[in-house]
Amino acid sequence: MNIAALQPLHEVAAQKIQVKSLNFYYGRFQALKDVTLSISEKKVTAFIGPSGCGKSTLLRTFNRMYALYPNQEAQGEILLDGENILAPRQDLNSLRAKVGMVFQKPTPFPMSIYDNIAFGVKLYESLSQRAMEERVEWALNKAALWNEVKDKLKQSGTSLSGGQQQRLCIARCIAVKPEVLLLDEPASALDPISTGRIEELVHELKGDYTIVIVTHNMQQAARVSDYTAYMYLGEMVEFGVTDEIFIKPKNKATEDYITGRFG
Amino acid sequence: MNARSPLYMDLYARRLWLNRVNLMVSLLAMLFGLFWLGWILLTLFQAGFAGITADLFLKTTPPPGSSGGLINAIGGSLMMGVTGTLLGTPIGIMAGIYLAEFGSRGWLAPATRFINDILLSAPSIVIGLFIYEAYVVQVRHFSAWAGTMALALIVIPVVIRTTENMLRLVPDSLREAAAALGAPQWKIIMLVTVRAAQAGILTGILLAVARISGETAPLLFTALNNQFGTLNMNSPMANLPMVIFQFAMSPYEDWHRLAWAGALLITLSVLVLNILARVFFRNKTPMY
Amino acid sequence: MSAVVDHVPGLTKLAPTATMPTMLRTIPEGSLRKHHRLDLLFRHATRCFAFLVLALLLGILASLLLGSLPSIRAFGFGFFVSAEWNPVTQQFGALVPIMGTLATSAIALMIGIPVSFGIALFLTELSPIWLRRPLGTAIELLAAIPSIIYGMWGLFVFAPVFSQHVQPLLTQTLGSIPLVGALFQGAPMGIGVLTAGIILAIMVIPFMASVMRDVFEIVPAVLKESAYALGSTTWEVVWNVVLPYTKVGVVGGVMLGLGRALGETMAVTFVIGNAHRLSLSIMEPGNSIASALANEFTEAVGDLYLSALIELGLVLFLITFVVLALSKLLLMRLSRFEGQKT
Repeated sequence: MNIAALQPLHEVAAQKIQVKSLNFYYGRFQALKDVTLSISEKKVTAFIGPSGCGKSTLLRTFNRMYALYPNQEAQGEILLDGENILAPRQDLNSLRAKVGMVFQKPTPFPMSIYDNIAFGVKLYESLSQRAMEERVEWALNKAALWNEVKDKLKQSGTSLSGGQQQRLCIARCIAVKPEVLLLDEPASALDPISTGRIEELVHELKGDYTIVIVTHNMQQAARVSDYTAYMYLGEMVEFGVTDEIFIKPKNKATEDYITGRFG
Repeated sequence: MNARSPLYMDLYARRLWLNRVNLMVSLLAMLFGLFWLGWILLTLFQAGFAGITADLFLKTTPPPGSSGGLINAIGGSLMMGVTGTLLGTPIGIMAGIYLAEFGSRGWLAPATRFINDILLSAPSIVIGLFIYEAYVVQVRHFSAWAGTMALALIVIPVVIRTTENMLRLVPDSLREAAAALGAPQWKIIMLVTVRAAQAGILTGILLAVARISGETAPLLFTALNNQFGTLNMNSPMANLPMVIFQFAMSPYEDWHRLAWAGALLITLSVLVLNILARVFFRNKTPMY
Repeated sequence: MSAVVDHVPGLTKLAPTATMPTMLRTIPEGSLRKHHRLDLLFRHATRCFAFLVLALLLGILASLLLGSLPSIRAFGFGFFVSAEWNPVTQQFGALVPIMGTLATSAIALMIGIPVSFGIALFLTELSPIWLRRPLGTAIELLAAIPSIIYGMWGLFVFAPVFSQHVQPLLTQTLGSIPLVGALFQGAPMGIGVLTAGIILAIMVIPFMASVMRDVFEIVPAVLKESAYALGSTTWEVVWNVVLPYTKVGVVGGVMLGLGRALGETMAVTFVIGNAHRLSLSIMEPGNSIASALANEFTEAVGDLYLSALIELGLVLFLITFVVLALSKLLLMRLSRFEGQKT
């Protein structure tokens, strides 16, 4: 699947992440079968598919989150800027500082809003008090949360509403200046208005970050992403420019899913 | 048989009767339990309050026949309780962290959990015996430090159990969120997971304190007793449970009065600690 | 380094090649290594404390064994069948304390299990909702009362009432039944094995009732509703659905109560009478291992006396160890069995 062939010729698309023949196992169960695709830099790529198709599993290989658990294993290659992150000597903490993740359920840390944002930054940078305050404000602004919380930075992160908590998590993610943002169904636990805000946020952020978003909401994928990958039962069925996938899918299976014939 | 045949009605009536009888019995059981609770507390408050005077907190334990107070016993119990808790809590929390966060692989975690459950229910007199053999005999004298050690050994299993349970309640998504920022594991555990569970862990500590406040047996062969007040942890030290034991088993009226007063003090502090732990735990909004 | 990335446009837009620096935002190598070292240190530290728990158990066993050696050498197996306890002639036998411990615990369970079950049943099925929390708290308060209070109350309040009003009645009624009656002979002194057993029952009831109540509460409502929908009475639902579903937890609760009863010291010491006499009647005074230790340890003179007492302690520890270990194995086996059924 050659991404470059899909791009207008005057724009060289950089491939931020290249997945080559990835297989993934939960114990003896194979969740991903020979997956190959490329994620373009500073674009939004969406993974769609019915439950259990492996889209979250694939997302979680990009920051090797699965390494926290025994019996989960990935085989193959995933190149981040040319370097294979599945290599044994890959340092996981530094990888994760570069590739950020936002989860389905908002996960504010049990600390103040300010400390939530500062937590990730303090891990790898030592900033002065002023620089830290600026970074926190910058991150909250980027996440469109600053105006709502600027007077209550000392309050606990858990005191915010669901939608605000999720934007807090996004701000926390952005504050460490990652290069890639992985969003695992970021709006599925939120009401429609908050969902809309999150989608706007994704639009604004894609200018600066490579974004991969997993969603079970096809319309959301159509609204938000530049490229879409349709997965089914652990296999990558079709991958291409979003408009083409939704208007004229090449694969019948994709068409069946998109038109709602199943799933 | 159809629903109106005499045989059916007979069976049905029997079932209803059995139901009624058993439910009645369960009500009686509840009243039975409440009856004892009421009787014990009533006696305790009546006899205890009769012995509460200002002297209780001003004078030390008297020889039979003269009046006195319990201040040395109260002080001793406080000192040994505090030091025992301070000694046992960090050990319990660290071991609890190991069981909850590192315990998914290997043999050490299941073995430790098993042993911890046994220590949790082990007779406290055996704990006292152990400290006697391992420490008192070696240094050749009883001391408050020995009492502290015995109490710490009772605190540790309680704190391990509650710490592990509370840490397990913290959802994995919180840990993953911290890991996703590139945090090293020790920071994830100490700054995020433990913080999220801190209300529960504190409750566990409070419950452990409540438990050791009422324990007599571990002090029998370790801290012994002391007729006088002392701040020297290296000598035998008076404590409420031992004083109550000695005074209650004696034939002297005034000693009995002091024993009841001491019993009331212990019960009140244990009840207050339990209620505090309950209220504290319920009011703290879960931090996840 | 991050400042460079922010201010130099185009730096991020180059296609990656093998020679490009991979970390466009470098993380100091030193802090990565420090993180790893600290992680290792932390894991090892917590591991040590877990080991400490193991070491404690071994330490307890070892020190008790060492302390009992003189007694083991002197009396051997005869220790367990001799009812003799004579500090003067230095002859010691554990039969009386062991029987006392077993008898008081048996009485405690015989009274305690049905009552706890009844209380748990009441709390989960019968009681009006608004009463559940206060009643549950009341039961837990009963569990929180220190054992020395039970002992004092038992000695000063319960024993006199028991000896005056209940014991004569028992001797007359149960005492005249052939065979069983032998258990209920003797002068109504108020203290004795039976009294100790009753006090123990009151002590362990709250523990067992709490555990039973907790496991009854997690029975899924749909399960009970299915039984009700077939026309079952409340009792039938409890006996046929709730109890089988929760038998694992119930057994666990009973074992917990047993463990507590076996090792209880202060409550028993006050009322058991401290008599090294073996008698069939439970109304007679007797001794339990814990109460023998509590009463005699500090005044024991002579190494053999002390060692015999320590051996008693070892026996008590082993009995409770076995009971608790058995209960855990039983629970593991039961839950595995349950798993296979589904």
